[in-house]
Amino acid sequence: MIEKRTADVIIIGGGIMGCSTAYRLAKLGLDVIVLEKKEIGNGGSCRNAGGVRQSARDPKELQLAMYAVANIWPTLSEELGVNVEYHQKGNIRLGLTEKDVKILENHTAKSTKVGLDVKMISGDEAREICPYMSDEIIAASWCPTDGHANPLKTTLGFYKRALDLGVTFISGVEVLGIKKIKGEARIVETDDGDYEGGQILLCAGYDSRRIANTVGIDAPVERQVNEVLVTEAMPHMFDIMLGVAGGEFYGHQSEHGSFVLGGNSGLQAFTSNTDHFMTNSLTAPCISRGIMKYFPCLKNVKVVRTWAGYYDQCIDVLPIIDNIKEVPGLTVAFGFSGHGFGISPAVSIALSELMTTGKSTTIDISQLGYDRFKSKG
Amino acid sequence: MAKIIRTAHTEPFVEKPDDDMIICRCEEITKGEIRRAVYDGMSTMNEVKRYLRSGMGLCQGQTCQRLVQNIIAAEMKMKPTEVGMIQGRSPVRPVEIGIFSNNKTDVKEE
Repeated sequence: MIEKRTADVIIIGGGIMGCSTAYRLAKLGLDVIVLEKKEIGNGGSCRNAGGVRQSARDPKELQLAMYAVANIWPTLSEELGVNVEYHQKGNIRLGLTEKDVKILENHTAKSTKVGLDVKMISGDEAREICPYMSDEIIAASWCPTDGHANPLKTTLGFYKRALDLGVTFISGVEVLGIKKIKGEARIVETDDGDYEGGQILLCAGYDSRRIANTVGIDAPVERQVNEVLVTEAMPHMFDIMLGVAGGEFYGHQSEHGSFVLGGNSGLQAFTSNTDHFMTNSLTAPCISRGIMKYFPCLKNVKVVRTWAGYYDQCIDVLPIIDNIKEVPGLTVAFGFSGHGFGISPAVSIALSELMTTGKSTTIDISQLGYDRFKSKG
Repeated sequence: MAKIIRTAHTEPFVEKPDDDMIICRCEEITKGEIRRAVYDGMSTMNEVKRYLRSGMGLCQGQTCQRLVQNIIAAEMKMKPTEVGMIQGRSPVRPVEIGIFSNNKTDVKEE
């Protein structure tokens, strides 16, 4: 059998953006190949705490979050045939000090202004929603329509459905660059030879920048490590998504019973970047101290593993989702800055429209263009 | 990482008599579930782990890892060594959050 190397669309990156967009394009009848360097969902897609959050988002990307929560997440398990463990039981963001309260009030004001149901509640009201919290908590912001899901099963669920619809995935292939033919992006060069597509979608996390550079496109995106600790399974305590104004940790209790709690040491912008997703010995104790401040009742719960992943951190903490004018045939989606998972099902709709009609009509992504970065003077 | 070409199976999934056998004791994952996951497209140890939770329990795969590896290899018609191992994770033994939080040797002084 001759190996398949050409398709209507070549997608670079087998993460949740690549898998979900492959699924949507295949549903529209397009022939798709997805190229993945390591394993499916091995980057940020499987390395996040599963937040499906609208609150505290920049209004420029809020539409994606609101669309996903209203139209996709509630029925995604049925759509994919995989239980994505979506729970829409609210997101609470906790505050211990007056300074925290100011941060929360600021977030709340911004979110309500764009029509999101977020409000400030007292410490006692917060403890009514979740009785396991510390008495030290004086206030919280509360968004009842937020939630969380299982990023591993969601990513692999999209992958499985895309496979079912005829998409070819090739893993273990590293993309070296994109080559133009007659001015249009056509060839994807890899360490395993060339692949050719009528269109190319670049959604390879922080590696996207390096690959975009090969056709002269750049964006201010850097990787930044973040770490998560996972505990043993505990009896069911709560379904809400947790965050804290001080940023010490975030996370939830999973359907399985384990707590999935992420955070950083404060040094994450300056740790040595390697390709091995290394955890740092400072981070898990630091996250643990954060947890103890808000949930002292978790003191004796055992951590069974820790892991690290990278944010593809964009300078304005917003993703870049756009067709590249200078390189016809190339579409990009990266720079999700650590909060791409929750919006991913909506991003794939925007991408499939961008790639088939040239414009995202269902969801407004006009402020997420690649050409929005300007010099300071 | 070895190159793997993944496409949907054209032939139906075939059940086997020993599919009920528990392989991952911590998470109670059976041989049949692992075989089914491979059929669904999960092609590496980490992918099967993320899809099913095999090796994600208290022992972190220290008991079942080789068994899972052999099952995946047989289904994929590969050598067990080609399937690889699941990612090792710190800590080696479970550690309580309270004990972790006591490790303050590298904390900035106020």
